[in-house]
Amino acid sequence: MTAVLEVRDLRTEFFTAAGTVRAVNDVSFSLDEGEIIGLVGESGSGKSVTGFSLLGLIDAPGRITGGSVRLNGSELVGMSRGELRRRRGREIAMIFQDPIATLNPLLTIGQQMGLALSAHERLSPKATEDRCTEALERVGIPSARARLKSYPHEFSGGMRQRVAIAIALLHRPKVIVADEPTTALDVSIQAQIVTEMKMLAREFGVAMIWISHDLAVVSGIASRILVMYAGRIVETGTAAEVLRNPIHPYTRGLLDSMPHATRPGEMLRQIPGSMPSMLSLPPGCAFAPRCPRADAACTAVPELVQQGGRSWRCVHPLTQPDHEGATA
Amino acid sequence: MSGATDTYLTIDNVSKIFGPRLTMGERIVRGAMRKPPPPSLTAVSRVSLTLAKGQTLGLVGESGCGKSTLGRVIAGIYAPSSGAVTVDGQKVMEDGRKITTAVQTVFQDPFASLDPRMKVGDAVAEGPIAHGIVSRAESRAHVEKWFSRVGLDPTLAGRYPHQFSGGQRQRIAIARALAMNPKLLICDEPVASLDVSIQAQVINLFLELRRELNLTCVFISHDLSVVRHVSDRVAVMYLGRIVELGETRQVFTRPTHPYTAALLDSVPRIAAEGEVLMEVKPISGEIPSPLNPPPGCHFTPRCPRATAECSARIPPLRSIAPGQSAACHHAEAQMAEPERAEV
Ligand SMILES: Nc1ncnc2c1ncn2[C@@H]1O[C@H](COP(=O)(O)OP(=O)(O)O)[C@@H](O)[C@H]1O
Ligand SMILES: Nc1ncnc2c1ncn2[C@@H]1O[C@H](COP(=O)(O)OP(=O)(O)O)[C@@H](O)[C@H]1O
Ligand code: SF4
Ligand code: SF4
Ligand SMILES: [Mg+2]
Ligand SMILES: [Mg+2]
Repeated sequence: MTAVLEVRDLRTEFFTAAGTVRAVNDVSFSLDEGEIIGLVGESGSGKSVTGFSLLGLIDAPGRITGGSVRLNGSELVGMSRGELRRRRGREIAMIFQDPIATLNPLLTIGQQMGLALSAHERLSPKATEDRCTEALERVGIPSARARLKSYPHEFSGGMRQRVAIAIALLHRPKVIVADEPTTALDVSIQAQIVTEMKMLAREFGVAMIWISHDLAVVSGIASRILVMYAGRIVETGTAAEVLRNPIHPYTRGLLDSMPHATRPGEMLRQIPGSMPSMLSLPPGCAFAPRCPRADAACTAVPELVQQGGRSWRCVHPLTQPDHEGATA
Repeated sequence: MSGATDTYLTIDNVSKIFGPRLTMGERIVRGAMRKPPPPSLTAVSRVSLTLAKGQTLGLVGESGCGKSTLGRVIAGIYAPSSGAVTVDGQKVMEDGRKITTAVQTVFQDPFASLDPRMKVGDAVAEGPIAHGIVSRAESRAHVEKWFSRVGLDPTLAGRYPHQFSGGQRQRIAIARALAMNPKLLICDEPVASLDVSIQAQVINLFLELRRELNLTCVFISHDLSVVRHVSDRVAVMYLGRIVELGETRQVFTRPTHPYTAALLDSVPRIAAEGEVLMEVKPISGEIPSPLNPPPGCHFTPRCPRATAECSARIPPLRSIAPGQSAACHHAEAQMAEPERAEV
């Protein structure tokens, strides 16, 4: 497998009046062609900023302050705004939780899709309409050609998200970053979109980073999971391995605190405390104040350990995979 | 769990119909033009159920199905369009006014329900003072007591809502509701906007207080695993109607309504041992507009079991198994499906 996206030691910071927010801290991962990885973590852990950083969408007071993002072999960090804009949409695209924020309320869906197409391609009006119709049909929008004349508010939340997906797929990018794309939707619509996205990703050979706070949703779509906490990726592995044998105490804590992990009516095994402010991270491992395994060794930031297809940042891992990647 | 016979909450044939949402200008123009009034919306349709003391009823269904509206009718925030709610033999409302403090509510977004300019301690004290539950002099101790009970440092009572995290604000909202000494607590999506680890803390607080205070509860959530965890009984709603009602374990492992089954199939889940990753099976289509619901059974256009009878006749809520009822013409066929794993 070849990597379409390689992220190394990525660091994104916001320089605010209150201090420096280290939103993304030494983040490294790679994404293979056609692969779907899930990026999970609680709110404020740095998932969205990671996503924005990959598309070069960080504005002042924020800045990528270190590391590298290679897309199809070209380095995006330090690339000019114009060049980035040329690649966005065509090579890498993003889908957001609330498509209403990205769709223009004053333009019909057809007009917006036409604009998106003309950013990278020259097509006749007829060819544009055909391409847009086909794109909407593919994401399961009924009477697609007629719906091109509709405005965003005339669509349901689920249908709007489908339109956003259709737009993201217009230029057949290699990578899509989907930031909580189903969080605002009902479970029945979420199930439809997750199923369709899996199919489309396979059909188009598009690789995806699926960002969500919900481990269960992510495990339903991603083959690999990255767990993020306070700006750092603290654990990675295949979805099945991470769920079955979490290595990092935070991942274990998340799984244990879910209702299904305890008999109905009994007290849940909660993680004490809450995620620290990114303005004042504790020294060393950021999870230490909440961690049942914390001791003096945790006062230095744990190094990233990679072994058997998994990686973690913890000096007291719960289990350790052997070289084939199986865990005890 | 079952065997409790003393009915505490009775919802008797409650409906809530909302008139059209019109501005004053629209009303005047329509009146002048003699246009027929736009359709009204039936948010809750002929709901009847009872709940025994100390039990928790889970209310589930997708957004817009009427959970919050029913919750608000039970809490006496909305007057029902028809039917009545009684708690401990007492009517909650009379002549469109709430006449009891025995029912209190905790909402999803404590930020929206807390006045940003009022100190949180005052927000907790306000209701009990207004209703003579405590005097102004006693209120300080009352607030301190409830702050401690919900796990908040009482010295924080002088702060404002924005100085608290989402989880802490939800604790404040719980303290404010409980400071009224309610007998019935309505929780409307109390953990929906919280992170997983904070969700667990608030659910644990809820479980603890419910036991200590012997509260009867209505717990509204779109999250089936949360409802499974906290409720004794569960009511599944679809477009304003209760489509299934029963003992929680039964409903979740052996649903007798096709919508309940489909909803359970839509939930991505991690099995208890982390072993099996379930593939979700989506329901086809979207929820129809409540302004123009399909005739007969509202689920007909999306239901894999639908027959001609389904759109011809509204299926009544009827007993299918001991402790379990469903509003479906083909509930027996649904019940014959193999038992499923828990969410
Ligand atoms: N424009 C910004 N200015 C200052 N801080 C920001 C900005 N955007 C995000 N942050 C901070 O970066 C951190 C990570 O945020 P985010 O990536 O949005 O988290 P997540 O998506 O995991 O919920 C948070 O502490 C957030 O407050
Ligand atoms: N105050 C109101 N006026 C008019 N319609 C309303 C009002 N409140 C709710 N509705 C409508 O009633 C239906 C049920 O809403 P709600 O009870 O909030 O559902 P849920 O809590 O299950 O999401 C929806 O179609 C909603 O739009
Ligand atoms: S490094 Fe220490 S504090 Fe951090 S997760 Fe591991 S054991 Fe816990
Ligand atoms: S009554 Fe018919 S349409 Fe409605 S749920 Fe039952 S089988 Fe499906
Ligand atoms: Mg985010
Ligand atoms: Mg609601």
